[in-house]
Amino acid sequence: MIIENSEVILSVRDLTANVDSNQILKGVNLELKAGEIHAIMGPNGSGKSTLSKVLAGHPAYEVTGGEVIFQGQNLLEMEPQERARGGVFLAFQYPLEIPGVSNVDFLRVAYNSGRKAKGLEELDAFDFDELIQEKLDVVKMNPSFLSRSVNEGFSGGEKKRNEILQMALLEPKLAILDETDSGLDIDALKIVANGVNQLAKPDNATLMITHYQRLLSYIVPDFVHVMEGGRIISSGTKELALELEERGYEWVREEEASEVGV
Amino acid sequence: MNSQVLKSTSINRDAYLTGLLNLVSRVTPPQPSPPAGRGPERVLEGWLEELEGWLEGLRDRSSAILLEETFPSTKDEAWRFTDLSPLLQVTFQLPETSNVASIPSSEITPLIFSEAADSRLVFVNGVYAPQLSSVAGLPVGVFAGNLTALPENYRSSIPNYLGKQHGATEVFTALNTAGLTDAAVVWVSKNQVIETPIHLLFISTLSDSPTISQPRCLVVAETNSQVTLIEDYLTISDWCADKSHPYFVNTVTEIWAQENAQINHSRIQRNSNVAFHIGKTAISQARHSRYTCNAINLGGKISRHNLEVYQTGQETETTLNGLTMIAGEQLADTHSALILNHPHSTSRQLQKNIARDRSHVVFNGRVFVAKAAQLTDAGQLNRNLLLSPKARIDTKPQLEIIADNVKCSHGATVSQLDDEEVFYLQSRGLDKVSAYNLLVDAFAAEILNQIPLNSVGIMLSQCIACRTI
Repeated sequence: MIIENSEVILSVRDLTANVDSNQILKGVNLELKAGEIHAIMGPNGSGKSTLSKVLAGHPAYEVTGGEVIFQGQNLLEMEPQERARGGVFLAFQYPLEIPGVSNVDFLRVAYNSGRKAKGLEELDAFDFDELIQEKLDVVKMNPSFLSRSVNEGFSGGEKKRNEILQMALLEPKLAILDETDSGLDIDALKIVANGVNQLAKPDNATLMITHYQRLLSYIVPDFVHVMEGGRIISSGTKELALELEERGYEWVREEEASEVGV
Repeated sequence: MNSQVLKSTSINRDAYLTGLLNLVSRVTPPQPSPPAGRGPERVLEGWLEELEGWLEGLRDRSSAILLEETFPSTKDEAWRFTDLSPLLQVTFQLPETSNVASIPSSEITPLIFSEAADSRLVFVNGVYAPQLSSVAGLPVGVFAGNLTALPENYRSSIPNYLGKQHGATEVFTALNTAGLTDAAVVWVSKNQVIETPIHLLFISTLSDSPTISQPRCLVVAETNSQVTLIEDYLTISDWCADKSHPYFVNTVTEIWAQENAQINHSRIQRNSNVAFHIGKTAISQARHSRYTCNAINLGGKISRHNLEVYQTGQETETTLNGLTMIAGEQLADTHSALILNHPHSTSRQLQKNIARDRSHVVFNGRVFVAKAAQLTDAGQLNRNLLLSPKARIDTKPQLEIIADNVKCSHGATVSQLDDEEVFYLQSRGLDKVSAYNLLVDAFAAEILNQIPLNSVGIMLSQCIACRTI
């Protein structure tokens, strides 16, 4: 929802970044305010996933210019774990499997590291169990998943649901969903979307990165951005996504070209 | 010039081994403890005399073998990566026997596993400590105690088992036997299923000079019986702490699984980091028997585990799980050998190694499938985690397959921690060190979870968590 004069959660200005000395981000500008849901769409290789990794602090991505301000703080100076504890959450496109670590232990350690950073007492296994049972409902997850190793042997849909479960638990200020819809059948997509909708609140912001317009029928964005060649080349409301679906990315490219008078 | 040097070293090795032999030959027989069977006094005396006479013959034969042998060097294939020269620098002595009596039971309390609280045998520096042991929790049908207390009905069988495993002529095995006066014995009678796990606790005490001790263990599981064992080597004092005097623990455990018997055996080596630990586990598996070993190696400056399984009948099942985790300047070597001579057996081996700092892990996994061992299904996997650029891992699968209709696989991987996994954990709020530790714990957990006693698994997880990264 768009709220007048709400707090700026994330402000990205002229962000450029390299991977293996190839420039992928070529000047990204983006602003998210509290309450808002934004969607970034774009073809493969446009830099969408790079943007999400850079925001989360992946060490393989080198920021070469620009700035990212998260709730008034310089995000780029923070370690990945500091960003996480501060309220940045990235739902991975390909969540990792961690054999040998039970999901519930992983969730508890993650939750408690956030509490510790805030100077709060850590929850013991007993209290945590009560909390996590509540959160399971958000993504309709079977409690049996808690005792299994993190993502090991999970289906694609189960992995994505597990990401949203983590998000429900960590209650981020900024949730970045990197292709959370890809590889999901319609039932799984509805569950995931329903989870995200429940978690979107007036005091947080959500950034969805997606390839498909389909997701946006279930999570309705306030703003849609089109990314291409490492920049956001067009922004608009949810109608932009529909237009895109109909006319393809070529259309936006042409629009942009005519705007700058090429 | 070179040969001159070589010659003098080999003389030194011979002399060193002879010195050790002379030393261990001075070990005095234990004072007889009250026997489990209540036979008349003179019957007991008769048994002790008979036993001592028989042991003397066994010791003499082993001494004779040793006089022909030399102390191994890295020129021996079996010791190629494990250099024992630091051991040659040390002159060992026998531990003071008074140490056994002086340990208060309060020292033992924290070492007891709740599942085996009243089914434990304690040996201190290789000597039985009846006052620290308790077998009140064991049912009838199983004997756990020392050799001299062996009930009458088992006595005549002792010569069929003790010192009878293959590989008895190997130097350190023979050295142990040359000093053999007593042993921990677990004997499960026919058809007995023993639910209570048995804890064999071998404690080393640190003293003012370097000492050698030689624990010995004999396990016989008769036909259709089942038993769970925890063989545990440690040092009194915090095993993580370094003490100045080295000590040498040379162990031999012989295990006999008779027809259709089932043995679950966990072997935990957590001696302190100044110890030299050389251990032999030799298992003989009769037809239809099932044997599982969970070997955990954490301690020792230099440690070596020789794990040898010999099949004596068809359709056996063997599971070998191993975890070595070392740091600092430690070296830990596991040499396993699975000798299959009969058809239709299944074996699974998973050896995991974690090397930190400048430590050095060696794994050699031999599987021998004889012509007769058709339709064998043998799988071996070795996974290694190198946590430091200065750490080193030498791994060698050694498959010798003569039979032509078998399924044998092996694999070895060496990896570092996966950066993507670390980032995933960091992105959930864990700092780098916690992320590393969680991933290392997870790597170890696959083996630790195989240990059937909860409290042992918990203790070991804590042991592994007490490292500094």
